[in-house]
Amino acid sequence: MNAWIEKQRHLIDFTLASLARRRTKNLGLLLVYTLLVFVLASVALYTHALRQEAAQVLKQSPEIVLQRMVAGRHDLIPPGYLEKIGRIRGVQAIEGRLWGYYYDPVVKANYTFMAPVAEAVRPGTLVVGPAVARSRGLAPGNTISFRAYSGKLFAFTVAGVLPHASELVSADLVLMSEADFRAFFEYPAGHHTDIALSVANPQEVRNVAAKLAAALPDSRPILREEVLRTYASIFDWREGIVLALLSAAIFAFAILAWEKASGLSAEEKREIGILKAIGWETGDVIKMKLWEGGLISLSAFLLGFVAAYIQVFRFGAPLFEPVLKGWAVLYPRFELVPAIDGLQVATLFFFTVFPYMAAVLVPIWRAAITDPDAAMRS
Amino acid sequence: MIELKQIRKAFNQGRPNEFWALNGIDLSIEAKKVTAFQGPSGSGKTTLLTIVGCLARPTSGRVRLAEDDISGLPERFLTDIRRSTFGFVFQQFNLIKGLSALENVMLPAFPTGRPHRELRSHAESLLDRLKLAHRREARVEWLSGGEQQRVAIARALVNDPKVLIADEPTANLDTALSREFMGILESLNAEGRTVILTSHDPLVVESAAVHRVVSMRDGQLTED
Repeated sequence: MNAWIEKQRHLIDFTLASLARRRTKNLGLLLVYTLLVFVLASVALYTHALRQEAAQVLKQSPEIVLQRMVAGRHDLIPPGYLEKIGRIRGVQAIEGRLWGYYYDPVVKANYTFMAPVAEAVRPGTLVVGPAVARSRGLAPGNTISFRAYSGKLFAFTVAGVLPHASELVSADLVLMSEADFRAFFEYPAGHHTDIALSVANPQEVRNVAAKLAAALPDSRPILREEVLRTYASIFDWREGIVLALLSAAIFAFAILAWEKASGLSAEEKREIGILKAIGWETGDVIKMKLWEGGLISLSAFLLGFVAAYIQVFRFGAPLFEPVLKGWAVLYPRFELVPAIDGLQVATLFFFTVFPYMAAVLVPIWRAAITDPDAAMRS
Repeated sequence: MIELKQIRKAFNQGRPNEFWALNGIDLSIEAKKVTAFQGPSGSGKTTLLTIVGCLARPTSGRVRLAEDDISGLPERFLTDIRRSTFGFVFQQFNLIKGLSALENVMLPAFPTGRPHRELRSHAESLLDRLKLAHRREARVEWLSGGEQQRVAIARALVNDPKVLIADEPTANLDTALSREFMGILESLNAEGRTVILTSHDPLVVESAAVHRVVSMRDGQLTED
């Protein structure tokens, strides 16, 4: 056992000395390879964290949202609908929600105006999302006026700014009292934008949705899990788009790495011949080269992955953010919670380290099985 | 110690450029003696040396090493024998560039798993004995021809082999260095090592250190 460990130590010593001897080639290889892992890991980590973030935020949202449809378009919920739903078993709470969009010509951005039921906002005041506060330079106590679609001017006092933690979904949010909301949009009394239903048992959500669809045929129940799925597929799609856009570069890098790794110079072949002549077995030569490939590919994987982790979770992925997050005038500014998916790391490891090892091994094996008497004739 | 029976060696066998380098060699090499193979280029000296040193297998014939028939052994076992029994000094020295003299000397012992400290001190003592202690950390490409050859000798001795094999050892050396090499050879033989070498240098084959000269031509022995 000790001899085995000593032997591996000698092989590693020789490998490190060999790597140092061909410094330029190996550093170039390490750089290209690290870059490859960095790009792939950045995209994977960022989209995974986005999916996690969206799931985390949507955990607080209602299980079912009911929208009324007219001619296939979203329409207001008229009075009496809440009563029509009545009591459905499994539903914990039903509430009519009021929300709408407002285009602010000052910053050329859309805001989401909302009259929350749970949190009371005093008439004449607003609670704004972090991106709105940033774009309009608002702080609690400031006054802001908006011109309604009717042409009338409304002035509000900012009562507060929503917490940074929920920015992914609250960046463009403006909360106001129900009376102000109805006055601002001239919303007819008793009407709501949609209805939110809370269902405690996740198994019951689909049954409740089916009952709602039966009771109100002109309405459409939207389930939280569907929204989550939509988010997931949007981020998956964006991840795919980024990878497709980068595929040419990724392939170029991969081919370069393959070329560098698999190309065995005449000098290296000569050295293998010498090692065999002075008593190294074919297996020793292959083991030494495996250590070499392992050291390069593992270092590149670790460096690339750590650099990607820092880029994504420390600096907010500035390289890929615009594509992966989506486009908007009001960008949500949020810090992603570091989230690593073991399977994703394993997949990345398999598709980067494994081909490299194969690239190294095949030519070495071919060179290592040559007769040791070649050294005598060189 | 080493017995060769009807050794034949072909290159490119079965192809139009088939070439027989050795044609029925019968030879017995005595232990603890210095034996030199001499002959013109292409006479088969080096090929014979590769077969004696287990670097290659004969196409036909038998090789016996200390009573054991080793001609049919698989590569793995041949490598073991080569590592433990033979030390090689090549014509071009065949040192690994970019490594120090000391690292080069230690190389053949790496697969044995000998403890690093012990191996290092043994390699240092060999370099010391060959008057190269002050150059042990120098890269081999910075050494003179004579120094490189002494590094190659130290490397050949690191696994403490019974047999030292040298192919045209003085081909790249001037007269003074050649004499120095013969002196080293003599001292190694005095320790009880068998030395087998090839040469067409009169300074070697006519040296008193050489006990026996085997002449070759066209893959056959001509005289003893």
